[in-house]
Amino acid sequence: MRVAGKGLYQGAPPVSFRFDGVAWHGVEGDTLASALLGEGVRLMGRSFKYHRPRGVLSAGSEEPNALVCVDGVPNTRATMQEIWEGMEATSQNARPSLRFDVLAVNDWLAPFIGAGFYYKTFMWPRSFWERVYEPLIRRAAGLGRLDPSAGPLLCEKAWAFCDVLVIGAGPAGLSAALAAGRAGARVILADEGARMGGRLLAETDPLDGQPPHLWVERVLAELVQMPNVRLMPRTTVTGVHDGGTFAALERVSLHRAPRADLPRECFWRIVARRAVLCAGAIERPLPFPDNDRPGVMLAGAVRAYLNHWGVAAGRRVVVFGNNDDAHRTARDCHAAGLTVAALVDSRPEAAMPGAPFPVLPGARIAGTRGRLGLSRVTVEGPQGRQEIEADVLAVSGGWSPSVHLACHLGARPVWDDRLQAFLPPPGGVPWMTVAGAAAGEFTTAGCLRDGWRAASAALADLGLRAPDPDLPEAEGQAPAQGPFIVVEGRRQFVDFQNDVTVKDIRLAVQEGFCSVEHMKRYTTLGMATDQGKTGNVPAIAILSEALGSPVAATGTTTFRPPYTPVSIGAMGAGGQGMGFAPRRLTTSHAACLDRGAPMIEAGLWYRPGYFPRPGETTWRQSCDREVTMVRQAVGVADVSTLGKIDIQGPDAAALLDFVYCNTFSTLPVGRVRYGLMLREDGHVMDDGTTARLGGNRYIMTTTTAAAGQVMRHLDFVTQVLRPDLDVHCVSVTEQWAQFSVAGPRSRDLVQAVVDADLSDAAFPYMACAEAPVMGVPGRVFRISFSGERAYELAVPARYGASLYRLLVAYAESLGGGPYGMEALNVLRIEKGYITHAEIHGRTTAFDIGMERMVSKTKDCIGWAASRRPGLLEADREQLVGLRPVAQDGVITAGAHLYRREDPATRLNGQGYVTSACWSPTLGRALGLGFLRRGRERHGEVVRLVDAMRGVETLCEVTDPVFLDPKGERLRG
Amino acid sequence: MRVTCPWCGERDRREFTVQGDETALRRPHRDAPPEDWHAYIHLRDNPAGRLREMWYHDPCGTWIVVERDTVTHAVHGTTPAREAAR
Amino acid sequence: MRYSGFRVLAEGLRGNRGWTRAWRDPAPKDRYDTIIIGGGGHGLSTAYYLARNHGITDVAVLEKGYLGGGNVGRNTTIVRANYFLPGNSEFYSHSLKLWEGLEAELNYNVMHSQRGLINLFHSDSQRDAFVRRGNAMAAQGDDAILLDREGVRQLLPYLDFDNARFPIHGGLFHPRGGTARHDAVAWGYARAADRRGVDLIQNCEVTGIDIEGGRVVGVQTTRGAIRARRVGIVVAGRSSQVAAMAGLRLPIESHVLQAFVTEGLKPVIHHVISFGMGHFYISQSDKGGLVFGGDLDFYASYAARGNLPMVEHVMEAGMTLMPMIGRARVLRSWGGIMDMSPDGSPIIDRTPIEGLYLNCGWNYGGFKAVPASGWCMAHLMATGQPHEVAARYRLDRFATGRGLMDEEGTGAQHSLH
Repeated sequence: MRVAGKGLYQGAPPVSFRFDGVAWHGVEGDTLASALLGEGVRLMGRSFKYHRPRGVLSAGSEEPNALVCVDGVPNTRATMQEIWEGMEATSQNARPSLRFDVLAVNDWLAPFIGAGFYYKTFMWPRSFWERVYEPLIRRAAGLGRLDPSAGPLLCEKAWAFCDVLVIGAGPAGLSAALAAGRAGARVILADEGARMGGRLLAETDPLDGQPPHLWVERVLAELVQMPNVRLMPRTTVTGVHDGGTFAALERVSLHRAPRADLPRECFWRIVARRAVLCAGAIERPLPFPDNDRPGVMLAGAVRAYLNHWGVAAGRRVVVFGNNDDAHRTARDCHAAGLTVAALVDSRPEAAMPGAPFPVLPGARIAGTRGRLGLSRVTVEGPQGRQEIEADVLAVSGGWSPSVHLACHLGARPVWDDRLQAFLPPPGGVPWMTVAGAAAGEFTTAGCLRDGWRAASAALADLGLRAPDPDLPEAEGQAPAQGPFIVVEGRRQFVDFQNDVTVKDIRLAVQEGFCSVEHMKRYTTLGMATDQGKTGNVPAIAILSEALGSPVAATGTTTFRPPYTPVSIGAMGAGGQGMGFAPRRLTTSHAACLDRGAPMIEAGLWYRPGYFPRPGETTWRQSCDREVTMVRQAVGVADVSTLGKIDIQGPDAAALLDFVYCNTFSTLPVGRVRYGLMLREDGHVMDDGTTARLGGNRYIMTTTTAAAGQVMRHLDFVTQVLRPDLDVHCVSVTEQWAQFSVAGPRSRDLVQAVVDADLSDAAFPYMACAEAPVMGVPGRVFRISFSGERAYELAVPARYGASLYRLLVAYAESLGGGPYGMEALNVLRIEKGYITHAEIHGRTTAFDIGMERMVSKTKDCIGWAASRRPGLLEADREQLVGLRPVAQDGVITAGAHLYRREDPATRLNGQGYVTSACWSPTLGRALGLGFLRRGRERHGEVVRLVDAMRGVETLCEVTDPVFLDPKGERLRG
Repeated sequence: MRVTCPWCGERDRREFTVQGDETALRRPHRDAPPEDWHAYIHLRDNPAGRLREMWYHDPCGTWIVVERDTVTHAVHGTTPAREAAR
Repeated sequence: MRYSGFRVLAEGLRGNRGWTRAWRDPAPKDRYDTIIIGGGGHGLSTAYYLARNHGITDVAVLEKGYLGGGNVGRNTTIVRANYFLPGNSEFYSHSLKLWEGLEAELNYNVMHSQRGLINLFHSDSQRDAFVRRGNAMAAQGDDAILLDREGVRQLLPYLDFDNARFPIHGGLFHPRGGTARHDAVAWGYARAADRRGVDLIQNCEVTGIDIEGGRVVGVQTTRGAIRARRVGIVVAGRSSQVAAMAGLRLPIESHVLQAFVTEGLKPVIHHVISFGMGHFYISQSDKGGLVFGGDLDFYASYAARGNLPMVEHVMEAGMTLMPMIGRARVLRSWGGIMDMSPDGSPIIDRTPIEGLYLNCGWNYGGFKAVPASGWCMAHLMATGQPHEVAARYRLDRFATGRGLMDEEGTGAQHSLH
């Protein structure tokens, strides 16, 4: 019901929206909750377990009941969601409708489905758990619904930096921001509300003799003028992380109709040198029988709806509390013309002199009535028992400071008996001070002073001076707080959403779940979407009472981020689709696409799989042709993705001797050597070729996958292990484009573009030189990954695209052409060359037959550990070649190897296949793999079993080099 | 978490690669007994408290020894590994 | 008291007044035959199987906080047997078989649910690595099915098959993989161990280990000294500190692994899905929350909480894999303290000190190991000999290099597993 003359949005433009298909009206500035209350709608949701009808409880983000789906976003709090013209909101967890929900039958079953019942049953018969019980439970559980077909939720992420972050723009926060802003600090003031002001917007006690929201407007007007202050409304600081990093979620456009050019939310990383937490306090409900009907609300929320939004939650109000603050609700409701049927105060000494409505001290609510909304309450007290008609019951059990963020680094809040509240732990977040109600300061004047004080302290830490306080006159009488009470009876809810009652908590204690963590986990109290913001403290009080121990000894559960739930879409903004990882493209990328090559991911790079020609319908046809082309003519492949590291300095050779297990100091200038790099644990890390371009200059090549790791490793060696070496390393992977030209006609092709003598005498296998390539300073290496005569040409990356097209055109004129990764893989398997399929991190130089490369005369990374007995045992799996006994036999990578006659069980395992291909050169399938004692077993026939693909093949064990074992083709 | 690179200043944790405690600085001699190598490669004090740890600042390629508390995550100081290794 | 549907009905009708304590709250005696340090999943299951399999009931489990308060109460509840290296293969296979009978064994519904686990792959080489894994699972007698892209699409139609940075090529399907209710596992073992006479002693922190002449003789605790003939250290997350009390230095580093749960949602994800390229895995709990996680934060930590870089990475991985979850909201995040061993596999072994046994190094594989870990640890402590499915979990394998089990192939770089 709208109350004329009340609220901050009088005369605001009307907004129409729909809730469960019914059209309603509100005004700009309304939340969904205030608008629905304004229209007299009280029923907004159903609870999680018993499907009890529920209305709105609060006026903030702590709301446990009024959760709806808006714009495909489930579990949206009606108390935070602003309405927009045409907005569609739907209720959740109710079938067929909110008013009539079939699963409300659960409420009748409550005696049998209390806390932890599911641990004790559903065990027989065993197969029924997965087939019957669990599916039923899953269907009943959950709240909102995700729509798999909904389009993406447009979000973004951002960074912000400041000197002082002020969290919360109530009296303390505004005061802190004013002090810090006037001192010249870079300030961010973030508040979760759409309108800054916090409790000041919900109260009527004057500031400087005026309505408090006018002071708020004055302060905001000053702050907005300051260039060093940034105001961030609709921004919830959700997490405190290390090093002054805060997570915050801004509702950029969630309060308006979706627009393609606006993100819905923005996830902020705010780095602040100091922070002031002014998050205020959250009111707690009281447990009494049937305390959950729509119409039962927090007293402060009733006041907020009335004063901030101009909406009365009902016509006849009963107020029930154990503290003076509740009296304000009665006072304000009466002043607004509502009927206050009674002020029920549990404290016998409570009084409200001159109250124009019945005040019942020492009384309590013993029950409520009304199926879908409150109609009547039962009051018990010294005057006896009476029934009072009411459509709103405003409840206050006192206020709990919002200490959450102060505890995100692991500190526990401290119980204060006098305030009956948990207070933030001193020093819980070293760079954050807590002020105002969040620190237990419950008067407006106190909050204003405290905010200023906290900002002054933060400024002092930063070497800045706060100006003298300049604060308005405000109410300064702290409301008296009585003890927590539980009104006995049936169904007193503590966690409204998860339907945890006082009885559940006591049952947990009865069964020995006495630690607060056990109680929480056993009853699920505080595990709902509100994380127990309203219910946890009452629950701890009830638990303590049941245990007969003080609240301080019981303690709280752990506070963890986020403060309020944050969408995955916001925290993962940018990750969708191709955004998940950067794309690295070679200079030949466009040319490959032009030729119709499918590009496949190789780490972050894209490389061509194969180059289909007209008439080829499968990848195998193209691959076979490309292999044959390289073996018979010439092929061109882009190998720029391999890591290239330029190593220079007098000790360059010493460095290489240290990081490779074989020796590079003996490598002549103008020559290339294959190198094997070990990890310090003695296993192979990477391999590649390194060329000596000059006495003090080498170019190292790494595999594509390990390029970053090797560079980091070299930096580690030069900076940490061998700072004595005078050597510098720099990655030049991106700076150089490099192409392999392979095949018997490769020299013809390379000679056409390189200005150097490439005769075998002048430029034999494993030679290298710096030479002009088409007039551009380049490099030539005579190295091969195919077993054919081959060269690699390197030019500065900006010439890569044109050189690639040129090489391919020349190759075609020689009967060759480009080849892709598929052919490259076949070529190397035919030749027994290894890749990370073989050096997969668990193999040693011994395993791959290269233990003789491990120099015994020098120290190198991995030398000592590689001598461990377990790494040299003959029984280890060793690299072998595999060839099907039958010509048409199939070999598959990932298959396991067994003795011919053995069943395929783990204990019989002899090894496995790492790489496999069809060799067009040899006309049969080939494989590389590891076999126990493999080097001794060449010639033996083993059984290959690939249960995943249904393949079984008898294979002959061979040397891994299938083709040209003497390297004649290689040397020419 | 924010760590100060001696060259680049204070940076977010995501700019770094971390590689375990500073044992790495004290590599045994090639011919040291196997126990020493075992200790170097595998055994760790793994303190719940202050730890000196090897961090690599990826953008500038500097290895840094970061003194950090493993319980509070407070960073107490950073030294270029090249200096710490001396 | 035996739990059953009938009992739930009967108690419901009587106002639930008859339920008794799930376990006793005994004061510690001054002497036990066997002490288990650590009242987490592994410690409780060790105590249970000591009593059940070996008749050793003079046992105390000493827990510094509350039972199940460590990683067993702070994980993503995945249960699977899809390892491929000898050592791990047989151990996790054994564990899964124990899981499959756990409700009846413990008379406690741990909600073990074999929803099926799918490991996605995105390249030919990843496919081959998963085929090798699947073949190892098959050889061990476990279940694995290779799915192609269409096979994955049929099971998981909501994945982004069209735009992803790393297109889905297929998956390895492990139908017996699934989830369980983590707290219930700890409570079920606790209750069952208690019923067999084991003393579960909470709020009792071990402050010292007493050793005389190379033999363990007892422990010092915040509730007094307790003598014992055998002591098992089962405190993954704190292994280095407790082992140090016995003068042992371990090949362990402690790291933080974060996990996340969303608000409750109606059922939308049936399986457990693992997206290796993004270090991301997800399932949906019976309560409706999406439970998911990613990789380590990669710095040593005992803080049981992490930082934003990994949080955001995990969320980005989720967004690239299944954009529909963008509208789900993360309700809570937490961090577990991971005992990282050099090869990523655990240790269940004797120590150089007679009577002192060690169970540690669970990396991030501890939850699914709870039944077999206890089974094998109990066997080791009762007989002095390693159980056959845990025979490779030796402490000396790092020194000798023999039988390393580096499933990820990243090597003895503690933090890289």
